[in-house]
Amino acid sequence: MLALLIKRLLLAAITIAIVVGIVFIAVEALPGDTCTAFLGRAAQGVRLETCQEEFGLNRPALVRFSEWVFAAVQGDLGVSMARDTEVSELVGIRLRNTLLLGLSACLVGIPLAIMLGVIAGLWRDRPLDIGLSTFAIMIMTIPEFVFGTFLILVFSIWLGWLPGIVITRPDAPIQDFLKDIILPVIALAGIMTAHILRMVRTSVIDVMSSEYVKMATLKGVPYWTMVRRHVLPNSLIPTINLIALTIAWMLGGVVVLEVVFNYPGIGRLIVDAIGDRDLPLVQAIALVLAIIYVGLNLAADILTLLLNPKLRTMKFQ
Amino acid sequence: MDTVESRDQLPKTGFAKIGEVLSAMFTQTSGKIGLILLVTHLAIAIFANFLAPYDSAVQDSNLILATPSADHWLGTDNLGRDVLSRSLLGGRPALVTTFFGTLLALFLGGFVGVYLGFTGGKIDDIAMRVVDALLAIPWLLLLLLIIAIFGSSPPVMIITLGLIYAVAIIRIIRGATLDVVAQDYVTAARTRGESALTIVQYELLPNVLDVVLVEGAMRWSWMLLTFSALSFLGFGVAPPTADWGLMIASSRNYMSISLAPVVAPMILLSTLIVGLNLSADALAKALGIDRTRTH
Repeated sequence: MLALLIKRLLLAAITIAIVVGIVFIAVEALPGDTCTAFLGRAAQGVRLETCQEEFGLNRPALVRFSEWVFAAVQGDLGVSMARDTEVSELVGIRLRNTLLLGLSACLVGIPLAIMLGVIAGLWRDRPLDIGLSTFAIMIMTIPEFVFGTFLILVFSIWLGWLPGIVITRPDAPIQDFLKDIILPVIALAGIMTAHILRMVRTSVIDVMSSEYVKMATLKGVPYWTMVRRHVLPNSLIPTINLIALTIAWMLGGVVVLEVVFNYPGIGRLIVDAIGDRDLPLVQAIALVLAIIYVGLNLAADILTLLLNPKLRTMKFQ
Repeated sequence: MDTVESRDQLPKTGFAKIGEVLSAMFTQTSGKIGLILLVTHLAIAIFANFLAPYDSAVQDSNLILATPSADHWLGTDNLGRDVLSRSLLGGRPALVTTFFGTLLALFLGGFVGVYLGFTGGKIDDIAMRVVDALLAIPWLLLLLLIIAIFGSSPPVMIITLGLIYAVAIIRIIRGATLDVVAQDYVTAARTRGESALTIVQYELLPNVLDVVLVEGAMRWSWMLLTFSALSFLGFGVAPPTADWGLMIASSRNYMSISLAPVVAPMILLSTLIVGLNLSADALAKALGIDRTRTH
């Protein structure tokens, strides 16, 4: 068990190392360097030299790479080119906002998805299930930004209930975001619910057709007792792993939705940074996003290990 | 996989098979809807030049955000361009780029997948480790990085999307190949002393082709999603070109004044992706491939 956990942790660390390596090599591979990319056509003569001097670009790549890694480990992610501020400061605030959005969406989406998934699974192929499943597939199929724009259209423009886009300053205190966040949370939670609902439904249907449920029914166990004691535990535990994976997989959707709602999170920051060709900032955000992604995958693995008695007692090969 | 007892039972090939599969897809309600949507979209994309009433790039400063009229059925956008013409043409960049991207992904993924499944051994072990490691990298991040560095011209997009999607395809095609390699007719061919190339050409490829086709259809719809999201973020085609993602991004600020410039591309993009998805599912059913859908 412990050995398995250590192996998982090591794998996660290796994945992050690979991402960091790829990011650095990719930046090195580009014709010119960070300065020529940022300055564009103005990259000539003194301006270019000053910039290269300032960012220490005339030293060998390996030296810069090791320096960057050492500094990053200590929380120093360098200086943004376009914004002239510490990257760690910029990223910190935006990360807080993204976490606020993500956690709120999880708080709404996961319980809702489990509830609806169980309902759809128990009343399989009835009108309620067909309605829920169709709705889920629709949301899963159409692009995130179309869904988000549609929500703005309905709730902000037609009904006028909620602000359509966020205009609060990125570093405003959390309570200032509470009203802005409603629509983005509905969008994110909606997409999350659609994905998780389908998994829970499948899992409930699998368990409902198992031998032990048939046995319990034949034994005369009341329907709801059986649902509570057999169906729910056995169908929900395997989906916990899938839920963690879904959340990790949805990072891309978060980036898109932040742009749709003009929400000042880390996703919009990376899009802006790419637009400005601000490579130090892009590198830093790539690192942060990779850590979140790998962390969620790791959480999924560990949860599966903890919840599955067979794996828990398995000897490590 | 069916076993073939005699020559008369040999599966149909070429056009006969295509016809059979299409009619099998068309008998399913969802397949019918999917195929109709897909064919309509392809027709619009191909004949958009003849269908579009105006030049999609011409700006009319007297007609900024005009409401729908007899001259401009869907009105005009914030630069006074005809929304109907732009909507009809706007699917082309996405369809063309992702079509070639999917082809590249299928060729690469299919080739490597069949090779690994057929050879096995050490190379296969190591390659699959690498594939798994690559699959663990957040792909959107990779895409954004590549775009940050190499820009988003069509060749870059085709190669990048193709490479990223090929990795996942390797896994699936390798799995399908392993199933076929274990069949008696492959063992028989080996015993007969057929060369590896002959076995791959006559035994493996025909039997893996169904999986490749279904995989291709599914990946195409995902790649379309990815491409349109990127172009919405501003990393797709360059501005004067008509493109749905770009149209939605640039017109949504004027949504409270005029709806058509946003809603028209939204409906077209969604129906294309729904059509492609339904067709892919129907194709999988028609070919008898049980594709447990994850993401």
